[in-house]
Amino acid sequence: MPNDLVDAMVNMREAEAMALAQKMLDAGEDPLQVLERCREALEIVGKQFETGKYFLPELILSGEMLKQISKIARPFMRKESNKKAEAKGKVVIGSVKGDIHDIGKDIVVFLLDINGFEVHDLGVDVPAEKFVETISKIQPAVVGMSALLTTALESMKNTVDVIKNAGLRDQVKIMVGGGAVDEKVRKYADADAYGPDAVAAVNLSKEWVEDKG
Amino acid sequence: MGVNRYLILKYNEGKTMKERFLEVTADADQNQEAQFDTWLSGKGIPFASSEAEADYKARILLIKDAIQLKKTPQRIPICPSAGFFPIQYAGVSMYDAMYDYDALALAWQKYSDDLTPDAYNAPTTVVPGRVLDVLDFKLGRWPGHGVSEHSEYQYVEKEYMKADEYQDLIDDPTGFFMNTFFPRIFGTLKPLQNMPLLPPVNEIPCIPPALFPFGDKKIQSAFSSLAKAGEETIRWRDAVRRLNGSIMGKGYPAFSGGFTKAPFDVIGDTLRGTREVLMDIYRHPDELIEACERITPFMIKSGVASCKATGHIMPFIPLHKGADAFMSEEQFQTFYWPTLRKVIIGLTNEGMVPQLFAEGGYNQRLEVISDVPKGKVVWWFDLSDMARAKKTIGRVACIAGNVPLSLLCTATPDDVKAYCKELIDVAGNDGGFIFSTGAGMQGSKPENVKTMIEFSKDYGIYQ
Repeated sequence: MPNDLVDAMVNMREAEAMALAQKMLDAGEDPLQVLERCREALEIVGKQFETGKYFLPELILSGEMLKQISKIARPFMRKESNKKAEAKGKVVIGSVKGDIHDIGKDIVVFLLDINGFEVHDLGVDVPAEKFVETISKIQPAVVGMSALLTTALESMKNTVDVIKNAGLRDQVKIMVGGGAVDEKVRKYADADAYGPDAVAAVNLSKEWVEDKG
Repeated sequence: MGVNRYLILKYNEGKTMKERFLEVTADADQNQEAQFDTWLSGKGIPFASSEAEADYKARILLIKDAIQLKKTPQRIPICPSAGFFPIQYAGVSMYDAMYDYDALALAWQKYSDDLTPDAYNAPTTVVPGRVLDVLDFKLGRWPGHGVSEHSEYQYVEKEYMKADEYQDLIDDPTGFFMNTFFPRIFGTLKPLQNMPLLPPVNEIPCIPPALFPFGDKKIQSAFSSLAKAGEETIRWRDAVRRLNGSIMGKGYPAFSGGFTKAPFDVIGDTLRGTREVLMDIYRHPDELIEACERITPFMIKSGVASCKATGHIMPFIPLHKGADAFMSEEQFQTFYWPTLRKVIIGLTNEGMVPQLFAEGGYNQRLEVISDVPKGKVVWWFDLSDMARAKKTIGRVACIAGNVPLSLLCTATPDDVKAYCKELIDVAGNDGGFIFSTGAGMQGSKPENVKTMIEFSKDYGIYQ
């Protein structure tokens, strides 16, 4: 039965996945085990995305299924089972000042989250000072910046500069992405890496967190 | 291509509705020539001199030759997408450009005079801010309203149409827009939710009940806000018209003269939103396809009408959600392409040349989107591989593109020159190419734009 849930989620049979999850919970299965099945399914979806078999519709829909199942699982959670697994590492992320687009950034946040990172999402139109303040407070290994608008590229560069001036640049690795961003922009803004998609953001974060030990 | 037809046929199985917009009609060539003649005539343009008039026509001929693929133009037409670049180039704020029509006109005039691209983009995307104020527009943020005075306007994505409203849209697109969508996106038009359904007004006794709503003060105030916004729009239009006359009068045609969209993007961009429309592929596939079909004739008609209003031949068609990263090839061929192709054929039959601006990468789709009538469209690329585009679509259509904005925003003039040279070498062979940028040029360094235009005009001469 647990494999049925994974199969339904991976193959985008939403109604079936929801019914199966509900049935498992009603039958007294550990809600954490149910969520673990969801995580397995999402990992497979992520791999399919990486290899070009799946695209945004599958990524978004599987995320939505997880969200709904988490919601129905909540009342079944016992207090002691509420303990959160230790996060893989911390990531601070946001769309830079002047840009209010969030879809790409949200997909990155979602994938980082299901891959076990503690993500601090600063939202959109984020002033450089807000990045600095959060970096000082949270001490993340990774900072992610997103921009869709070409006019936000200056703002991206400025954000990196402000982090430098605050003396925090050496403490973090900075990754940049979004519709307007490529390797040339990475260089211009003096970030550490450019990621063409959400999977790249996860791989970069894993690599950097491991390096940091 | 076989697959598309199969999907279209499969979808229409057992349906009685008349199938349209699949084949090019016999008079399409003739209609295109007639529309080119209209554009070339320059009727109503106050030309500065007979030389300017000759330049205007010569520039259109460069574009015409590139489009029709019948002969190699004398040189490659250089038509970058201005975007909001002229505003920053003239040192004007985005706020001033949207609220002071003289400032807008001066900026555009300076851009065209200084940089002399072969065709310019009329500033119709710099919409009048006061109109948005008057209508209390909810679908975006603009300078002074949610973004700074120097930022461009940006969309606020939301589910403006709920999933269970697909059927309402399919039943009556006009009624849905008027009674449901407009009240949600324009604060002052909220009372329009009480507008009567119009087709039932067909006999004498049906007239009075249809008129009740118009006696209501709230609907009256909605109409008075429309009247006020309409008057403001006329002031803006007159300023833009004078500007267009002045730039064209010096010999520079506009690069496009109308606007329409792919039906999938109409549903996805502003009705359902990106997340929702992509999930609808699984959750509501039939409704999504039917809704796209239902609004296809509207998209054709508005593309034709907007071009006829300006005497132009090319409606600008920005494509948003069909890019490689957004969906699989099968999803593209099922949900996105069939109705976009119908829009293309419908416009072609009316003599228009669809200017398809493929934002993002289309490298997985080059073969599929090559299924268009020869010499009838412009495929304008952003991040696609231009060498492959030339070898595939280039056989049937003029391609345009694709100097990256990241280059124009961050690199040096020498880097720009090197890219332009390679682009022209790869995509410019034997005509069929319009030199352009991969997106609107806002954020570009002026020296890069200048270098790009000057170098390419010279390097793009055919021997």
